Amino acid sequence: MSDILITLIKIIGALIWFMLLSLYLTWVERKESAVMQDRIGANRANIFGIRIIGLFQPFADAIKMFFKEDFTPSFSRRFLHNLAPFVSFFFVAVTIAAIPFGSPLRIGGKIIPLQVLDLDVGLLFVMAMLSIGIYGILLSGWASNNRWTLLGGLRGAAQLISYEVALGLSLIGLIMVFPSLRFSTLVQNQSELIFGWLPKWGIFVQPLGFIIFLFAAIAESKRVPFDLPEGESEIVGFYTEYSGLKWGLYMFTDFMEVLIVSCLLTTLFFGGYHLPWLYADGFHFPWGGQWLLPHGIVIMFQVLAFNLKVFFFCWWQILIRWTYPRYRYDQLMDLGWKVLIPLSVINIVITAILIKIL
Amino acid sequence: MIKALGYFVEIIKGSIITTRHFTVNMFFHTLRLFGLKTKRKGAVTIQYPEERQEVAFRHRSLHRLMKRDDGTPRCVACMLCATVCPSECIYVEADEVSDPDIQKSPAVFIIDLTRCCFCGFCVEACPEDALRMDTSEIELARYSRKDLILDIESLLR
Repeated sequence: MSDILITLIKIIGALIWFMLLSLYLTWVERKESAVMQDRIGANRANIFGIRIIGLFQPFADAIKMFFKEDFTPSFSRRFLHNLAPFVSFFFVAVTIAAIPFGSPLRIGGKIIPLQVLDLDVGLLFVMAMLSIGIYGILLSGWASNNRWTLLGGLRGAAQLISYEVALGLSLIGLIMVFPSLRFSTLVQNQSELIFGWLPKWGIFVQPLGFIIFLFAAIAESKRVPFDLPEGESEIVGFYTEYSGLKWGLYMFTDFMEVLIVSCLLTTLFFGGYHLPWLYADGFHFPWGGQWLLPHGIVIMFQVLAFNLKVFFFCWWQILIRWTYPRYRYDQLMDLGWKVLIPLSVINIVITAILIKIL
Repeated sequence: MIKALGYFVEIIKGSIITTRHFTVNMFFHTLRLFGLKTKRKGAVTIQYPEERQEVAFRHRSLHRLMKRDDGTPRCVACMLCATVCPSECIYVEADEVSDPDIQKSPAVFIIDLTRCCFCGFCVEACPEDALRMDTSEIELARYSRKDLILDIESLLR
């Protein structure tokens, strides 16, 4: 009984964390782009005249979207048209289940893993769910029965499927080094040290894999350098025929993808919840000193480290989004098939040889 | 491949520029947040309805008709403004005046702001300097179209 309760609390907690952060990513995106461009950004939303640097903006946006007309064009396939945003949303939202937030928490002899679901094939699960998310784009493209959405849907399908290959291949080297598909084991294996001082994080053992994964993952989140499915300046994209809350769901899915990509980057390449030299009983520095901490504090440090790393990658992705112009379509395909996939194959070969030698 | 690496360098340069802007502006924003007044601000934004900038001297804002010393309009209803207007938004009806130096004055002078494109040709064309666009009024939005059709009373101010 208590197990079910704990699982339920974990599910709700993880979802609230996920949704709230994605909601506030819209605010972060506005503010960060503003600061980058010497502006101030949205700061007018207020409650009774109190505007804390525009922190109420996401809620104002949400209320606006709720009260907008939910328009379904008469020429669309009504059922599929309504289904598409929810498909897109759902399959991104479930991926958070596999992400570990900290090492297992011990309370009164009970061990609670700070992870909703520790699957044997957690990595495959996340990849699969992110791939199914493409169906949302495809469905919206076809079901809206409009040329622009069709173009957007086709572009989205071609782009996401080709980058899916690079995304999967770039992780094979990592799986060879930390031989597991289970997220908790992957993170656990990154806590070891190389040469006695360098943490064995994914980026240090798989630098090329990290770069390929970064490119492919940003392409997967279909934001600006790779936003051809949307392409708001040429075709309005796969959500041309959506309005109100359903359009909002698509936007929200974008931000959730940014967050989940950040989570994956953190978990796979930056040691997940590990701080360098922090072990189960406190810090052990390589130059000899140590700082012992109780179990609860260590877990707190780990959750904090995980969150900070995720925030950093969100910040970085938004920086990338507001720096670069869009790829042309043939350049995009060239980058995917002629650069990233050969590089990831080379990465696999090099990793295999190095593992054999070392 | 080597060409692509050259692009890669440029890409990194671009991200360095945006990161520099972000960090520098964020530094000044943070100083302001803690109450330290710096000469340089983190943003160039003017918070419009509260803070206003003076409208430039040459800016073409809302029209006005000039008056003579005795209060009558300077306009002699020569129709040059109505003729030159590219959006045909000026309508003038002349009235006779007994003074032989003036001869005519406008009985009706209407500027339809819904059509006006603020090109300033009417001001250029006017031989009597009766029409000017220097009121510095730039907030011209109204709730109905009728309010945007200005007659001689509202132009003679």
